[in-house]
Amino acid sequence: MDLKELYRDVILDHNRRPRNFGPLVPSDAHAEGHNPLCGDRLTVWLRMSGDRIEDIRFEGKGCAISTASASMMTEAVKGKDKAAVMALYGTVHALLTRQDAVPDASLGKLAALSGVREFPARVKCASLCWHTLGAALERSVDPVSTE
Amino acid sequence: MSAIAPLAAPSTAYDAERVRRDFPILEQMVNGRPLVYLDSAASGQRPLPVLRAVERYETHCHSNVHRGVHALSQAATEAFEGARERVRRFINAGSSREIVFVRGTTEAINLVAQSFGRARLGRGDEILITALEHHANIVPWQMLCEQVGCTLKVAPIDRRGELECDRLLELLSPRTRLVAVAHVSNALGTVLPVKRIVDAAHALGAAVLIDGAQAIPHSRIDVRELGCDFYAFSGHKLYGPTGIGVLYGREALLAAMPPWQGGGDMIRTVSFEKTTYNDLPWKFEAGTPNISGAVGLAAAMDYVESLGVEAIAAHEQRMLKLASDEVSRIPGIEIIGTAAHKASVLSFTMQGCHPHDLGTILDAQGVAIRTGHHCAMPVMTFFDIPATARASFGCYNTEGDVEALIAALGKAREVFS
Repeated sequence: MDLKELYRDVILDHNRRPRNFGPLVPSDAHAEGHNPLCGDRLTVWLRMSGDRIEDIRFEGKGCAISTASASMMTEAVKGKDKAAVMALYGTVHALLTRQDAVPDASLGKLAALSGVREFPARVKCASLCWHTLGAALERSVDPVSTE
Repeated sequence: MSAIAPLAAPSTAYDAERVRRDFPILEQMVNGRPLVYLDSAASGQRPLPVLRAVERYETHCHSNVHRGVHALSQAATEAFEGARERVRRFINAGSSREIVFVRGTTEAINLVAQSFGRARLGRGDEILITALEHHANIVPWQMLCEQVGCTLKVAPIDRRGELECDRLLELLSPRTRLVAVAHVSNALGTVLPVKRIVDAAHALGAAVLIDGAQAIPHSRIDVRELGCDFYAFSGHKLYGPTGIGVLYGREALLAAMPPWQGGGDMIRTVSFEKTTYNDLPWKFEAGTPNISGAVGLAAAMDYVESLGVEAIAAHEQRMLKLASDEVSRIPGIEIIGTAAHKASVLSFTMQGCHPHDLGTILDAQGVAIRTGHHCAMPVMTFFDIPATARASFGCYNTEGDVEALIAALGKAREVFS
């Protein structure tokens, strides 16, 4: 187990100075994510233009992996449409869980999360923000939503 | 409570290195480093005498209890009931009829809630707990409140993690039917003044349940001296197996309580018209029990007494003091729970490094601690933190373990500098 593989500089940097941090006002949708095992909580806010994410912010309390993952996610998905976001999540998920996954060029900074797969207890920390984003996206396109 | 007071040094020096050799699981490498196990408050490890007693039972004695006339059934029954008598002596109960075997502390508390609670409590009645309880001593009472309409009251703690005992006494009233308190806080280590609480509650006619899960490995428990009505604990915190625990209940109370679970072993006669129930304690033990677990628990009690409960407690207090002193010197670390009277639990946070990151960094160096809310979310809310890192010390921990903890924390500071 190499701690440097997990706590890479880019992760430590996003943990110390999370980007797009704090509520988004006004927003079209938001969702709250909770990891009951470790108590991590975060909220993701979206402003949509059609099915494209025009702006995204998050806020939460969590470990370095969860905070950095959320911060890098907000940078990565801003401007993307829903299909592109879901495709990116698929790539990230494979990176977090599959030993044979090779970081794809489309991942950009997110490739820094590849060390997480050596620490199975921490995969949920890195994926919490993506689940929360998925929930917020569903609400943003759900016509009966009161959001 | 005098039972957990730091005690005078034993006449012969306590040899933790020798004790450690009784625990084969500790002799392994984790992530390339010698294992340093500092999570005994979550679960203790098992010494060879416990492992051997369980093996001997499984290889020579096992059958079902209270059933057959054949030799193995009698051997199993003798082993199981012998374990009950061993537990009685360990906590100085008046009768083995007062010792009910359960899965663990959680099941013991649920039993009291669903049997004693449902029969005795109703609208207008109150249950009093404290703000530092484990979820196992909160949720069963919330469920009971929903079922019978009684009310849950919570006595506060202060910033050191001490129970505000005077406030608890003010919350006691003739409406209080049950007081349910931890003997030792699992998240903070605080030792509660349970004797004082028992006396005050009894003066107003309330029954008292003590959650002893965290106290049983650190102190000599004498239920008659405490005077409590119920005392609950788990075998695995006392270096015994998982899946076995004990509910002690005063005989007069248990006798008046209705059964909780129905099934085999808890009945005397069954017909479709009328079923009569078994005597104590079997009335509360429906179904085939965890026989080998009880055997292992009895062996664990023998083991702990062979080391001396007081000697273990004194050793753990030395480890706690050493670790607390060293940890406080590390910049950015705050100890959560600084009560004057603590069991060997050291909860803390490190500025800029979330407890889960700490847990991972320590694990990479072979140091096992617990991180999270410790099933005490209200305690975390009180201190306005999501989680803590918790190192806890048992009979086998050495000064070397404390040194490894401190070195690993230094590494965490490096990573998160």
